[in-house]
Amino acid sequence: MSSLIAFWTLSFIAVAAALSMILNRNPIHSLLSLIVCFFSVAGHYLLLKASFLAIVNIIVYAGAIMVLFLFVIMMMNLNELNEKKPVKLFWGSAIVVTLVFISLLARIVWMTQTQLTHKVYGSAKALGQLLFKYYVVPFELSGVLFLAAIAGVILLNKKDDHVS
Amino acid sequence: MACILFGIGLLGLFIRRNAIMMLMCIELMLNAVNLIFVSSSALHGHLSSQIMVFFIMLVAAAEVAVGLALFAALFRSRNHIDVSDLEDLKW
Repeated sequence: MSSLIAFWTLSFIAVAAALSMILNRNPIHSLLSLIVCFFSVAGHYLLLKASFLAIVNIIVYAGAIMVLFLFVIMMMNLNELNEKKPVKLFWGSAIVVTLVFISLLARIVWMTQTQLTHKVYGSAKALGQLLFKYYVVPFELSGVLFLAAIAGVILLNKKDDHVS
Repeated sequence: MACILFGIGLLGLFIRRNAIMMLMCIELMLNAVNLIFVSSSALHGHLSSQIMVFFIMLVAAAEVAVGLALFAALFRSRNHIDVSDLEDLKW
């Protein structure tokens, strides 16, 4: 019963924060509401007994990625003045497409809905054993991906005198 | 719940014209998918989907780093990142 209350509270917070994120015209305010949304998603992970993923979600998303966003927003000095209003034509079509998409997704999720078994506990130990027993190659590949991302970022933002 | 989050992300992707806001909406959609994965892990009693979520987070971090670097480079060359004015990037 208490987990049900927690579920609805967290869902409400997440949806409200996401809405305020896309409707806010100031990028920093919408970034802060996105952080609130990520925290409530991490709360959902805790409810689903995935404690390791909840911690990683907070550290990676609410910590690292959001700091990166904040840094870039402040570097570009964005505020609500230099963003133009969205095109009126876009609103109707965007809402229609989104509603169709939501209803399709909800139909799929509804069809597969059964009672949750709750037999698994996503602790760091269990996840680590699974990761290094069966998923070593994707893990190493993601390391290579990160190396490529770092190299690409450095290459993109290097000062090149002969091009510009 | 996750569907609603995904839908809001999609809506935001359509109506915002600031490239950084679009990147944040993509993050929101990825998080909704992660939520579906975790609940499917609880549904089937198997931990593999949580591993999948872990990899999605890794790829999302790399994607955000590269995307922000691209936008920073774009911003330096033309002083705005309004996607509807970037039509000269079309082929």
